[in-house]
Amino acid sequence: MAFNRKNILSLNELTQGEIETILDTAESMKEVSSRDVKKVPALKGITVVNLFLEPSTRTRSSFEIAEKRLSADVLNFSSSQSSIVKGESLVDTAKNLEAMGATIIVIRHSMSGAPFVLAREINSSVINAGDGSHEHPSQALIDLFTIRQIKGGIKGLNVLIVGDILNSRVARSDIFGFLKLGANVRIVGPGSIVPKYFEDLGVQIFYSLEESLVDVDVVIMLRVQAERKSLEFFPSLREYSKFYGLNKDKLKIAKKDVTVMHPGPINRGVELSSEIANDPKSVILDQVSNGIAIRMAMLYLVSTGDKH
Amino acid sequence: MSLLIRNGRVIDPSQNIDKVCDIYIDKGKIDKISKKIKTPSGKNVKEIDAKNMIVCPGFVDVHVHLREPGYEYKETIKTGCMSAAAGGFTSIVCMPNTNPINDNASVTEYILLKARTEGIVNVFPIGAITREEKGEALADIGEMYEAGCVGISDDGVPVTNSNLMRRAMEYVKPFGIPLIIHAEDKYLSSDGVMNEGVVSTKLGLKGIPGASEEVMIARDIILSEITGAHIHICHVSTAGSVRLIRDAKKRGVKITAEAAPHHFTLTDEAVVDYNTNAKMNPPLRTQKDVKAIIKALKDDTIDAIATDHAPHSQDEKNVEFDLAPFGIVGLETALPLSLKLVEGGILSVSDMIKKLTIKPSEIVNIGRGTLKPGAIADVTIFDPEKEHEVCPEKFLSKGTNTPFSGWKLKGVVHKTIVSGKVVYSKN
Repeated sequence: MAFNRKNILSLNELTQGEIETILDTAESMKEVSSRDVKKVPALKGITVVNLFLEPSTRTRSSFEIAEKRLSADVLNFSSSQSSIVKGESLVDTAKNLEAMGATIIVIRHSMSGAPFVLAREINSSVINAGDGSHEHPSQALIDLFTIRQIKGGIKGLNVLIVGDILNSRVARSDIFGFLKLGANVRIVGPGSIVPKYFEDLGVQIFYSLEESLVDVDVVIMLRVQAERKSLEFFPSLREYSKFYGLNKDKLKIAKKDVTVMHPGPINRGVELSSEIANDPKSVILDQVSNGIAIRMAMLYLVSTGDKH
Repeated sequence: MSLLIRNGRVIDPSQNIDKVCDIYIDKGKIDKISKKIKTPSGKNVKEIDAKNMIVCPGFVDVHVHLREPGYEYKETIKTGCMSAAAGGFTSIVCMPNTNPINDNASVTEYILLKARTEGIVNVFPIGAITREEKGEALADIGEMYEAGCVGISDDGVPVTNSNLMRRAMEYVKPFGIPLIIHAEDKYLSSDGVMNEGVVSTKLGLKGIPGASEEVMIARDIILSEITGAHIHICHVSTAGSVRLIRDAKKRGVKITAEAAPHHFTLTDEAVVDYNTNAKMNPPLRTQKDVKAIIKALKDDTIDAIATDHAPHSQDEKNVEFDLAPFGIVGLETALPLSLKLVEGGILSVSDMIKKLTIKPSEIVNIGRGTLKPGAIADVTIFDPEKEHEVCPEKFLSKGTNTPFSGWKLKGVVHKTIVSGKVVYSKN
């Protein structure tokens, strides 16, 4: 299926077909990564700017490797060294980068919707690498890709997302992505971070981890934030871990072949016990390596997509 | 010079007039309303043909941000007045959140001086409730009243301290001016930027729950009951607020309320795509809330239509949604948006005019909004059927921040008359 988008801003706006096209393209990209010379000329002569205005090591590195494997010219632009610190607006920064010839801008931003501001204002392609608590499309695509590989498909699977749903961009992208590909999605966590509005998006809400785990094929654990602000939502990490931390015993409630995922970085002993993080059921490191293939696919597809 | 407005459909809810006739204006006052007035001889009389137009008292807006002093790059008293005139408003009531804040008589006098020398419509200032709007000590309420303030308000920065609010009500009551209340519990709003609901959930934007408004309205109703002060609730945005106000009115509480055109026209769906021109406080709510506000306008739970005209510069709005300031301009779109209620069969055109004229005038007790003989001749003439497209770049306001850009709407202001002088003419 053709992919006619200039930007990838959210999974909410992608169709099932478009998501599948990205996953299929990632399959061939994965093959590139298994070669001795891990490079193809697909983006030769194209400048990609990684505009990371929020600290990130893993996502930025993964995009950078993907860009280099596609032979793109890569420019990294991070908040600490940028003109944003000097008070330049996001729009002005992006227009400058565009004037320097950036064909694709990969943006990470602490505020929801920032990639949409860029897409409105500039002609370069924009890829959302995570915006506020809105979406993290590449992470969800990785999750879909990894699960599709392991389970052979997404349709009909029972997928459970555990934790800080309210503030998680991964949760939103995963919810949209898994629903679009036909999975049943459940969410579970403390009442204060699992808002009722999610029900209207078509997910099932639970407050008991044990109940939510019945018959589950995939568990996606979200990182819990341990900052002061989060104490408005639950009393302590200790209490959170007691009710929503996943350990071997609780995992037995799920299906035998359950797969455990975590977008990282893990708080060992909080959302996941170490024994699970190291268990073969968990595919956390597969997620990381698949990340490069997915990001290569995203970059490639927007570069060939409709420029209007 | 005298004016003779001929053949218009004259609608004045303050006198229950709705008929095609003429109006004669002399020495800045309404002289006579009747059919086929003869042109007085020996006078310099300008005749205005108002055939197929509606002629009514000039509109009164009890909720405008003029931004001057302090934020002249957003709007000035001069441009704000021009914008008002273009929208058919002859009297505007301006909020105190300028820089410096209007919390003492010298700022009030400055605003009034500027308005007299540069403004083409009547400007009535609102003073702050507390000094610097800090919610800690009462502002110079009595002196501001003497200088010309017609109400006191905490617009944008609600008084959190309930005891201080009670004292403000007790203190202001003998002056006979209302407390104009921006009802919001800032703790409940947290750092929300739009309505809390399905749309904010999808967009990952922090939500402002309806409860944030309702909790404060409930508190201030209770405080009004123990103090007897007149409270006026600004920009009602939720079904729950409507319910509270309706109940309070039934029980005889001295309470009035306004609704803004955007709150009875749009829902939070307008924010999709992170449109910062759909960002205001209180935020756009849901269909259920819109319906409740429309019903409240119909049954007079909500007394007046007010714009909450809040100009901002383009640079301020063209940023990440979280960073954009709250507020949209409203003076030049209020009439056509209100006419949609008439077209939808919700309000008669006379009831709509009532909510834009005599009702708001009564809230702040400024004696406008009427065409009674002897009254100051503030008159608006508009064509209710003429269609036009909203073009923000043609606004007379400095602000172009509107979510209605490109909308095709019916209702064009033909002439705006202040004290018998034409201050705006559609060319």
